[in-house]
Amino acid sequence: MSGAVRVRVDRDRCCGAGNCVVTAPEVFDQDDEDGLVLLRRAEPPAGTVDRVRLAVELCPAGAISVVPRPAPQHSATP
Amino acid sequence: MTVAPLTDLPLWPPTNLDRDPLVPLDAGERRRFAGPVTRVRLPTDATAWLVTRHADVKQMLRHPGFSADLTRPGFPLLRRIPPGAFGDRRGGFIRMDGAEHARLRRMLTAEFMIRNVRRIEPLIRQTVDRALDELHAAGPPADLVAHVALPVPSMVICHLLGVPYADHDFFQERSRTLIDRDAPPERVQRHVRELRDYLHRLVEARVATGERTDDLLSRLARDRVDTGELAVDELVGMAVLLLIAGHETTANMIGLSTLLLLRHPARYAALRDDPGHADGLVDELLRYLSIVRTGLPRLATEDVEIGGRLIRAGEGAIAVLSLANRDRAIFDRPDEFDPYRAAQQHVAFGFGVHQCIGQPLARAELRIALVELARRFPRLRSATTEGRLPTRDSSVVYGLDALLVTW
Repeated sequence: MSGAVRVRVDRDRCCGAGNCVVTAPEVFDQDDEDGLVLLRRAEPPAGTVDRVRLAVELCPAGAISVVPRPAPQHSATP
Repeated sequence: MTVAPLTDLPLWPPTNLDRDPLVPLDAGERRRFAGPVTRVRLPTDATAWLVTRHADVKQMLRHPGFSADLTRPGFPLLRRIPPGAFGDRRGGFIRMDGAEHARLRRMLTAEFMIRNVRRIEPLIRQTVDRALDELHAAGPPADLVAHVALPVPSMVICHLLGVPYADHDFFQERSRTLIDRDAPPERVQRHVRELRDYLHRLVEARVATGERTDDLLSRLARDRVDTGELAVDELVGMAVLLLIAGHETTANMIGLSTLLLLRHPARYAALRDDPGHADGLVDELLRYLSIVRTGLPRLATEDVEIGGRLIRAGEGAIAVLSLANRDRAIFDRPDEFDPYRAAQQHVAFGFGVHQCIGQPLARAELRIALVELARRFPRLRSATTEGRLPTRDSSVVYGLDALLVTW
């Protein structure tokens, strides 16, 4: 299942191992100063979602999470 | 409840000199230890829980209720050396927990990140080229461990740290002692002290003279010691750790990987013809060979349930990386070496906040060394004709002491 997701990273937990950058470089980066995770885009493009989920699995510190992205709001009028 | 006598428990790590160097545990050993959580006896006569499944190993190593600090009472030590024998432990963040660990590790994360490792790939390639020249000049036959596997990572880590490679005999011997479970305590103690003294002199020289070359020790002296953030003795401990880790891990992977590839000539040839696939091959080698074979020991600081077993505060647990890397639940036909499988989920670099900080460097060294070896020595084969290969059985990091090759 690879529906649209939103990614969160926790820089306090991050240990800078860099697995996420290898796995999904379009979504994750490392800070030049401290080597910790940077999010390039919180809403990963459809083609990267499986790799983002793999990055969640591979993260040794448990610093990455994904939540389903809410569907776009539709007009409430009947 | 009756308690089984200690001698009824299986001994971990097992001694087995008949095992093939490419096989972390044979079938009988796997039956004995595959638990999934088994109580074992350690060489110190203490007991510990052996954790073997992939999911359980990940849960355990990521759990804040397990400590890596071997000075805590009850820590599952694999040798009869009192932790006090290690002397000054400042800066040794591999054995720290929580904020204390994060403070020191984070001073190094930017140094080893992928972008910076890519920048030094030309240096790695040059080092590999020179080592292969040496191999060529020395044989055939010649020892691949002495001419390639040992010097390549050693030269690279020396260059990165700013440690003179000319002294490599000195620190190679000492770092070996530190990870040898059979080394006598007084020798361990003396070698730790000598290694610290040696690095202390190098660090002091930089701090005192203000000499700043473009290397890791100089950068940390300038950015962290000069600013009062880091003590000189802490920097010394960090340097000891990096020097040992830089020596003992990639070197053993290069030697064992070569042995494996020589038994799979088609894979070896593919490395030359399709070097673009080398990254996948490297991950599969890491998974399959799992060189930290005695596992990662931790002490539970709270009650934690792992694999359906309650591990109580004060009990030791050991995460067996080699068995997690052969867990059928994650890896299809786990005992087959298959460079085309998705092997990234292996835990050869450990897991949790202590996961190897140098893994981008290790991967790059291994990939470049093996691709260049296959390119320059397409007809490489083993020249060992009889008997067993010399292996490092009492080392925390497994590997070959020598690998005679011809071409």
